[in-house]
Amino acid sequence: MKFHAQGLTLTVALALTGQALATGDAVRGKELYDSRCVGCHAVDQNRVGPAHQGVFGRKAGLAAGYDYSAAVKKSKIVWSEPTLQAWLTNPEKLIPGQKMGYSVTDKHDRSDLISYLQTISSH
Amino acid sequence: MTSPTQLITPSRRLFMGAGATTLSAGALALLGGNQALAAVSQTDTKSDLAILNVAVGLEYEGINAYEIALRSGLLNSQHVKAATKFQDDHKAHNDALIGTIRKLGGRPVEAKSIEEYAKELKVDLLKTEDDVLDLAARLELGAANAYLGVLTAFKDPQLGKIAARLAADEAAHFALLNFDLKRPFSKAFAFGA
Repeated sequence: MKFHAQGLTLTVALALTGQALATGDAVRGKELYDSRCVGCHAVDQNRVGPAHQGVFGRKAGLAAGYDYSAAVKKSKIVWSEPTLQAWLTNPEKLIPGQKMGYSVTDKHDRSDLISYLQTISSH
Repeated sequence: MTSPTQLITPSRRLFMGAGATTLSAGALALLGGNQALAAVSQTDTKSDLAILNVAVGLEYEGINAYEIALRSGLLNSQHVKAATKFQDDHKAHNDALIGTIRKLGGRPVEAKSIEEYAKELKVDLLKTEDDVLDLAARLELGAANAYLGVLTAFKDPQLGKIAARLAADEAAHFALLNFDLKRPFSKAFAFGA
């Protein structure tokens, strides 16, 4: 019930900003995030990788205080479902010269992660 | 019947056969060996160096996380022994990674202060021994998956093989911590790739 209410709030927030709701399972996405991403990232702290809060809908390279690669800093990409799908499939292909290197092979895993990233970006 | 040579992957066949290609300098540096530089392009080396430096950052975080754990006073003697061993493993990883970066002509990233790691890892929330073990388990799981996730990103496939070995160490650490926390065993294929 709580997650349904959060989903409704997210839908309204996204509608107001003109963004589409990502298509994956955000609950599973959080499990994947906690397993696959927390080695380098956190929601609200820069670590080896930048913090992810607010990433969805944000231009690449703008997490405050993080030392991005020159390639990501000058990239004009805005993170959305399509760009995050491309990034998580092959970061070097999307932004040559990046330093993450990490890819997520399975499309459903990527979709679920992206849906989770969207939930931590709506407030 | 498949001949034995057909079962050997191309990179191993080259290594074992014609002598045209041997283990890369990076891979051998990681293994403590000494060889002429492999014929990898400058662009590819730059890409590999960037990933290797992310790995150094990861290992520094692990080393400091265990240091914080050891200084917390929350660990019993068995867990102090384990934390010290795991920290030593991360130091060995880091020494090898830094050696490889230097051998490839790169500059390794430096560690942050332990206070910065403490803030980033929110160690002020750690109140019990289980809190400390849980943090360690999460970091080890994340590290294992990080190495698995970058395996295919390395332009030099030998470095990918080394990443697999590092992932195996982190997975071993995670399994022991997970067991000590009395949590269910991981399912098959739990580690992402």
